[in-house]
Amino acid sequence: MEVTRTMPLNRHTMALSAKSVDAVKGRAGVKTDTVLRIEHLSKNFGSHIVLRDIDFSVRSGEVVCIIGASGSGKSTMLRCINHLETPTSGEITYEGKAVGGVHFDLSQYRAKVGMVFQSFNLFNNMTVLQNCMAGPVHVLHKKKAEAKQDALFYLKKVGMAPYINARPSQLSGGQKQRVAIARALAMHPKMLLFDEPTSALDPQMVGEVLAVMRQLAKEGMTMVVVTHEMQFAREVSNRTVFMCDGVIAESGTPEQIFEHPQNPKTQQFLSRFQAS
Amino acid sequence: MDIGSMDFFERVLYFIQNYGSSFLEGAEIAAFLAVAGTALGCLIGFLAGAVSALEIEPDDSTLRKAVLRVARAVIAFYVWLFRGTPMMVQAMVIFYGSAYFGADMDPVTCGLFIVSINTGAYMAETVRGGIQSIDPGQNEGAEAIGMTRGQTMRLVILPQAFRNVVPQIGNYLISNVKDTSVLSVITVGELFYVGRSVAGQFFTYFEVFTVICMIYLVLTTVTTALVRLVEKRLAGPKDYVLEEAEETPA
Repeated sequence: MEVTRTMPLNRHTMALSAKSVDAVKGRAGVKTDTVLRIEHLSKNFGSHIVLRDIDFSVRSGEVVCIIGASGSGKSTMLRCINHLETPTSGEITYEGKAVGGVHFDLSQYRAKVGMVFQSFNLFNNMTVLQNCMAGPVHVLHKKKAEAKQDALFYLKKVGMAPYINARPSQLSGGQKQRVAIARALAMHPKMLLFDEPTSALDPQMVGEVLAVMRQLAKEGMTMVVVTHEMQFAREVSNRTVFMCDGVIAESGTPEQIFEHPQNPKTQQFLSRFQAS
Repeated sequence: MDIGSMDFFERVLYFIQNYGSSFLEGAEIAAFLAVAGTALGCLIGFLAGAVSALEIEPDDSTLRKAVLRVARAVIAFYVWLFRGTPMMVQAMVIFYGSAYFGADMDPVTCGLFIVSINTGAYMAETVRGGIQSIDPGQNEGAEAIGMTRGQTMRLVILPQAFRNVVPQIGNYLISNVKDTSVLSVITVGELFYVGRSVAGQFFTYFEVFTVICMIYLVLTTVTTALVRLVEKRLAGPKDYVLEEAEETPA
């Protein structure tokens, strides 16, 4: 599967693509300003505690991979970030504003912080093109012609332009996920959240989706990726976070986490992957 | 010609020849009431079903919560009332009730009203079920790109719920074709009413209602075929056309 590599991520902000050259070389070019900050985040489902007192932040242009066993709270944390789950306590701030506060425009925030799901969640009643136009037209109030051009641009980028007339049910999993990424990109997000984007795919399809994500990372997109793809986390992330039992057990550069894990739980978790 | 000297088949033929146009007029009214009543009922049902399927979230404003609660209570009462009483009895109460309060209704208008609100009451529950059966991921996908709950309902959920409930709409339509016959109690000149007046003149119930029976069967058969056609149309094309072949990834 071939992803068009020469196209900049966002044709409206060429600065990003200039930065991407640095990003390719050695993960330089990561700006230091914090976009998203999570403080003392806790989440309970009834009496079941999923997240305990999490502190976490994301800087602009950073690619953070969150790894950990199933049930460790990775996805819940990601879903709290864009308020698909309401935190039980704690604070999430985006560009200095409290997410979910009284005068906080959740709709506009979600438009800026895109999300890609494990189960794709493409709109089944729409074609591929309509899926990528719905948000820009109805949330960003763009003109249809403009939204269509944009959608085509991003569909081309993920290699799905030929399929604009197809419906989600007619596509393979990998194709669906690439459309889902194009749908998120069409909103011109500042940041993308990926919730196990390849967990529902077979190995070949995993490759095609990861290729798209690698390209986005190179171009400087701020990304938080919950994943079981250790190779991807190791190669692409600026920072890897290991979660266990609802807390961040360890966090550091991929080298630190994968080569020299300090926490015995991290060591135990990674040994299972290295053995295979 | 003396009807007394005819055998069964001659009588059937006689009624078709002499009263065929009256029967057809009755059939027309029945078909009109069924189609228009089902359409209006769907409108009511989709509104009511969508409102009662809207979740009340903990962080909703007090006003929104209150409005939703009241709307739900009204819908629940409406469904309870009209699902819980026979349509024939409702027809009597509404038709003679409106006359009692000095607001005379013409029988066909009253009939249309009754078929609509009855279908609406059943549809409300069907639509609610149709909405609830949709994968929650559809909701999340829409929320995640910033759609409001109203937009999500209108653009994503309802179009899918509609496709889910089309077979049920077909069911109601076919039921309504037959059930319009109960409106004869309020003198709506539909098929059963026409049949009864013709049969009453000659005391030939068996022959006349055999004809009526066949007309109903034709009506419901045509309806069934139409519903199938709509279902097929809604399923959309099985194939799609690839665009810009030179861009196709390897």
